[in-house]
Amino acid sequence: MTRSWWRVPALTAAAIVFLFPFYYMVVGSLQRRPDPSPAGALPMPGNLGAGNYREIDAAVQLGRSLLNSVVFTAGVVAGTLVFGVLAGYALARLRYRGRGALFAALLLVQVVPFQLLVIPLYVQVVRGYGLADSYLGMILPFAINSVAVFVFRQFFLQLPAELFEAARIDGAGELRVLRSIALPLVRPALLTATLVTFIGPWNEFLWPFLITKEADMQPLAVSLANYLSTVASAATNPYGAVLAGACVLAAPAVLLFVAFQRHFVSSDLGSGVKG
Amino acid sequence: MRRLSGRQPIGVLLSAPYAVFVAVVFAYPFGFAVWISCHDYLFTAPGVSVPRPFVGLDNYAAVLADPHVRRAFVNIGIFLAVNVPLTVALSLLLATALNAAIPFRTFFRISFYLPYVTASVAVVGVWLFLFGSDGLVNRVLGDAAPDPSWLVNDVWAMPSIAVFVTWKQLGFFILLYLAALQNVPRELYESAAVDGAGRWRSFRAVTVPGVRPATALVTLLALVTGANLFTEPYLLTGGGGPSGRSASPVLLMYQRGIEQGHPDLAAAIGVLLVAGVLLVAAAQRLLVRPPG
Repeated sequence: MTRSWWRVPALTAAAIVFLFPFYYMVVGSLQRRPDPSPAGALPMPGNLGAGNYREIDAAVQLGRSLLNSVVFTAGVVAGTLVFGVLAGYALARLRYRGRGALFAALLLVQVVPFQLLVIPLYVQVVRGYGLADSYLGMILPFAINSVAVFVFRQFFLQLPAELFEAARIDGAGELRVLRSIALPLVRPALLTATLVTFIGPWNEFLWPFLITKEADMQPLAVSLANYLSTVASAATNPYGAVLAGACVLAAPAVLLFVAFQRHFVSSDLGSGVKG
Repeated sequence: MRRLSGRQPIGVLLSAPYAVFVAVVFAYPFGFAVWISCHDYLFTAPGVSVPRPFVGLDNYAAVLADPHVRRAFVNIGIFLAVNVPLTVALSLLLATALNAAIPFRTFFRISFYLPYVTASVAVVGVWLFLFGSDGLVNRVLGDAAPDPSWLVNDVWAMPSIAVFVTWKQLGFFILLYLAALQNVPRELYESAAVDGAGRWRSFRAVTVPGVRPATALVTLLALVTGANLFTEPYLLTGGGGPSGRSASPVLLMYQRGIEQGHPDLAAAIGVLLVAGVLLVAAAQRLLVRPPG
């Protein structure tokens, strides 16, 4: 298809709609006094300062909240990489009983609205196992990301079968085949899966909101939301403080994706599209 | 042994952690949700046993008779009516625009998926600032702004949430359509051009049918998103206001189940929600899939 006149104007208009709220988030987070007038969209040097960041830090203990977000996210990513690779490899490359059923379950899991399970999971995790206000309780429902398992399976499927046969003829066990042959070849998939997996727990709100009552255990998304819905009315510049917190919450995910955007490719995510 | 476990029994071992995960986090809670919904279930302190009598469909009857619950399902209908057409049209349009050698292509891609990778809680903050009564949008609109403002307006609250979610998720759907566009055979465009089809005609005759599987997936995922809706009504419209006009079934599950201590009612809402999703998904399959 040739370049046509409408593409660049349409894309530019859309890019403005997508980016403006982020720009406004940064400008608003730095304003000493909130200025919702059109002129307030431009940064006025006299009205800028880091006061909102100090305010939100005092209100929600930014450091502690960020640490909780990091532990939650790292736990989910680690679980997904270790157990997801094993399951993805087995589903793609090994013939064993139950494989078909497990693959069917993998597809089904992605259509069940997670929120349906929130009540029984809450009963199990909080009342049954006593894991409220704990990292384990936070991580458990997300411990292995099913989309990532699917991405791994697709990548392992693309490797030529001869590689595996040759290794097996040479006497390599399955674990050795996986470690020395399959894993090095799917390194791009590891990065993609890490990116896909990372945003889930980093941005997740409902589940940690339900099971953490102690402020010390809340990830940043939860403490920020609590600030937004309760404390905000008491602050001098509540929106400024909320936007400062929003910038801190958004920055890691945004920076990671801008840096590695080449690996966040449509073909991996869209592997389920080919009807 | 071989016959029991297949040719490569180590596969059972390798996939066991994931199988256990699916059983513990999906299969068991799913069954448990149905069980709770048919019993008179109350939260108790650990170790305290109380009778939890079987009550059949009582919880379902109570939930279906509750006007708030019915309203929440209507709200999801409004959400889908706004979100699905917008999502399909805009993501297909932008994916088509991106699917060429465009200057700043990477920049456009990044800007489109930025909202998708950012936490809802973070961007909700900006939207509250933008769309509040005294926010930038209303300042610009002047007298054309709705009164009461978007997020506290009976009519506009739910469509505002639907537009927010469309904006937030569009990047992901653009990626899906970009992948699907790669699979449309170029020869079809060439033969359309030979037949004298203009750009719009070939878009309708080649592109739209060519990406039909992706459209089916996009509408299905939008449906699941609508069913999962919680953060936006909770934060953007202050707990589903005004007067429940933007409440979602999951928001009511939270309020009835956790806040008011009726997990049995909440579980019944959840089961109805999934039944609704499966029903709409089945209908959608019949409508979007080509015949045969």
